[in-house]
Amino acid sequence: MELYILLIFMIFAAFVAIEMQDLFSSVIAMGAVGFALCLAFIVVKAPDLAITQLVVEILCLIILIRATINKDIPLVIEGRWVFNTMATLIFAAVFLFFSYQAIRELPNFGEPLMAVVRKYMEEGADKTGSVNLVTGVVLDFRAYDTLGEAAALFAAVIGIVTVLRKTGRSGHDK
Amino acid sequence: MGLYFLCIILFCVGLYGVLRKRNIVKIIIGLAIMNYSISMFFVLLGYKFNGRAPIESQDQTIANMVDPLPQALVLTSIVIALAVMALLIAIAIRIYDRYGTFDITKIKRLRG
Amino acid sequence: MINNTKSGMSLIVRTVTGLVVCFIMLFGIYIILHGHLSPGGGFAGGVMVALSFVLLVLAFGKDASAARLSKNLASNLESVGALMFLGIALMGFAQGSFFRNVLGKGSHFDLFSAGTIPLSNIAIGLKVAVGLFAIFLALVILEKFKEGK
Repeated sequence: MELYILLIFMIFAAFVAIEMQDLFSSVIAMGAVGFALCLAFIVVKAPDLAITQLVVEILCLIILIRATINKDIPLVIEGRWVFNTMATLIFAAVFLFFSYQAIRELPNFGEPLMAVVRKYMEEGADKTGSVNLVTGVVLDFRAYDTLGEAAALFAAVIGIVTVLRKTGRSGHDK
Repeated sequence: MGLYFLCIILFCVGLYGVLRKRNIVKIIIGLAIMNYSISMFFVLLGYKFNGRAPIESQDQTIANMVDPLPQALVLTSIVIALAVMALLIAIAIRIYDRYGTFDITKIKRLRG
Repeated sequence: MINNTKSGMSLIVRTVTGLVVCFIMLFGIYIILHGHLSPGGGFAGGVMVALSFVLLVLAFGKDASAARLSKNLASNLESVGALMFLGIALMGFAQGSFFRNVLGKGSHFDLFSAGTIPLSNIAIGLKVAVGLFAIFLALVILEKFKEGK
């Protein structure tokens, strides 16, 4: 199935992005992961998410490239490298084992329970008047979450404008 | 079932990047990969075989739509992930301007 | 609009940008306005409008764009968008509760239907577009960290 091919490609591209020494190439590999995710959203019949993921990924790539252009550091292997890597891999293996035990309890792929959303689907179009059910859920049934998201975006913009401005305090100690 | 497990493997690749890398940009890339894997996992939970997109049209019934609730939650999550990553990259740019390096083991030793 | 300074990109990029950027912004506004009829909505459309401004700054260089697209205007306009969204939410008090969908529902598949959802989409689209453009301006027009001013 196409989803298997896309997910395996994403795992390979993510591994390349983490391990590559050149910063610019690893940013491009991360862009490949994002675009494969957009394709996967189309396969799973989620067009809202595919449009949003595509444009958000482009903006994220622009910002990352601006941060990493012409800035590289050489690779240095410090002490206790073997112990740290082994500890991380053992932790990842334990995590994968327990998550496998948990995934076996989920309903099979392709047969969701849909117990919560049945009421949204039956009355959604009439109560909100919008034909797009995802927009109806985001902006009418769950509008508080959108308010929280607007607040989070606002805080992020204020934070970025504050971090990247010229500090003008006199008497700034060294 | 195998698809869910592949999503968790992608999450572990991102987690390895966050834990073991010394370059701040690699840590940020690991965080982004963790975001992607969890968005994928959520949307896969709501997929229905032979379903169609959750938008009504004039000639089809609502009988076999995929689940729109995980899609609404992931829509919010994608935009918030963008905002968080932009803030992290702004902090990383400031760190490079002040310390001259992206290496996290050197940041605690230099002074302004 | 021939750019004679050395910043910005080559002549081909500048010409194509001048022809195409209006269509990108128009497409973003279309996605915002038809959020309740077809896939998209306020967030995707807002990011598209922000990307059209980013294309302008990238193609013509930041010196040519600094006069027209300033950062203060972007910050103020983003607050206007957030306040508009909050105002639409408070309008729900007219019929009982916070965030209630108070305007008329209309019939399906019309552009002027679905109550307050198109207005919320416009407010969110404005906020996201201007906010993301302010982020991009803050990253590009980076002022150097001055020591011991």
